[in-house]
Amino acid sequence: MADPMKIRATLQGDTVEVRVLMAHNMETGARKDSSGTPIPAHFIQTVNATHNGKVVFAAQWGTAIAKNPFLQFKFKGGAKGDKLQLSWTDNKNASRTDEATIG
Amino acid sequence: MNTRLILAALAGTALAGTALAQTSPTDEFQKFRDVMEEDNPAELFEARGEEYWKTPRGPKNASLEQCDLGLGPGVVKGAYVQMPRYFADVGQVMDAERRVVHCMVTLQGLKYEDITRQPFSNDKGTPDHVSVVTYVAGESRDMKIAVPQAHPKERDTYRIGQEIFGFRAGPYDFACSTCHGADGRRIRMQDLPNLTKPEGAVKGILGWPGYRMTGGFMLTSQWRMNDCFRQQRFPEPKYLSDTVTAILAYQAVNANGQLYRGPGIKR
Repeated sequence: MADPMKIRATLQGDTVEVRVLMAHNMETGARKDSSGTPIPAHFIQTVNATHNGKVVFAAQWGTAIAKNPFLQFKFKGGAKGDKLQLSWTDNKNASRTDEATIG
Repeated sequence: MNTRLILAALAGTALAGTALAQTSPTDEFQKFRDVMEEDNPAELFEARGEEYWKTPRGPKNASLEQCDLGLGPGVVKGAYVQMPRYFADVGQVMDAERRVVHCMVTLQGLKYEDITRQPFSNDKGTPDHVSVVTYVAGESRDMKIAVPQAHPKERDTYRIGQEIFGFRAGPYDFACSTCHGADGRRIRMQDLPNLTKPEGAVKGILGWPGYRMTGGFMLTSQWRMNDCFRQQRFPEPKYLSDTVTAILAYQAVNANGQLYRGPGIKR
């Protein structure tokens, strides 16, 4: 399984602010190595966040997203102590799911 | 709050072009760094380093949890800001990276040649020992730099570092002090901190180890010294040598008393 994400979820008023660091090479497929061989594309394609069984964030990513991407988003309806699940899937069908507690 | 900072930074950069800016372009880079450091990909390497620290590995099938970084075996918290320091078991002053590699060799039975084959990160990735140094550095986040000078060898190392700092050599006849020996110097868009004074010396310590965005890997202060020598067109310094420990000790002691903010972020 891929390296774990670092997730921070804090309740500010009625909004939960979520900040995530994901460990991923995010190769565009356009780069070549020092011998001229193209490096195959390897990037996160979908990101999902669920809270209490409901999807609160969904994204479809492409090759423009940076290596070791940082994601920040907000949603309403969360409370302190609630669990938030974040998962990503990449174009090689590898995936990673991590859970965080809203603080 | 973050959006406002980013907008302010962008506005500042736009103004700077008219040469009537109240803040210099290099201040804007610092603001950018401050915002980026809040969620620094270096934390991913701290996590990787922590996992390495705790996992048994090598011919001796041992973890690094018995490694003594100067505060006792296995004590990582606060150790980074108290290095370079004298280690009685080797009778030498060592900096953090040198000590980590020493522990990997002595505790885990790994070969020095294997570890130092790729001493620094490159586009192939970040070597394990660099992730461990990042983890160790992260455990000194928000602590005061307190490099000891109690042992005579620690004081000698500082003085040797001071001598090397001022030693002019190479085809440009540069010393470290040529760039870093006075206030207000700059090369292209890079402010050069005065490493002989506390407020400048801390700038040489802050931000290292640093996550380099172009490449997505971690760079340590051993790498930075190597690159300084390269920029001076000096011969390459030996990785983990006394020379590098001495100049690191010189900077760190000069920065004593100031706050270390943990691993940083670079362009």
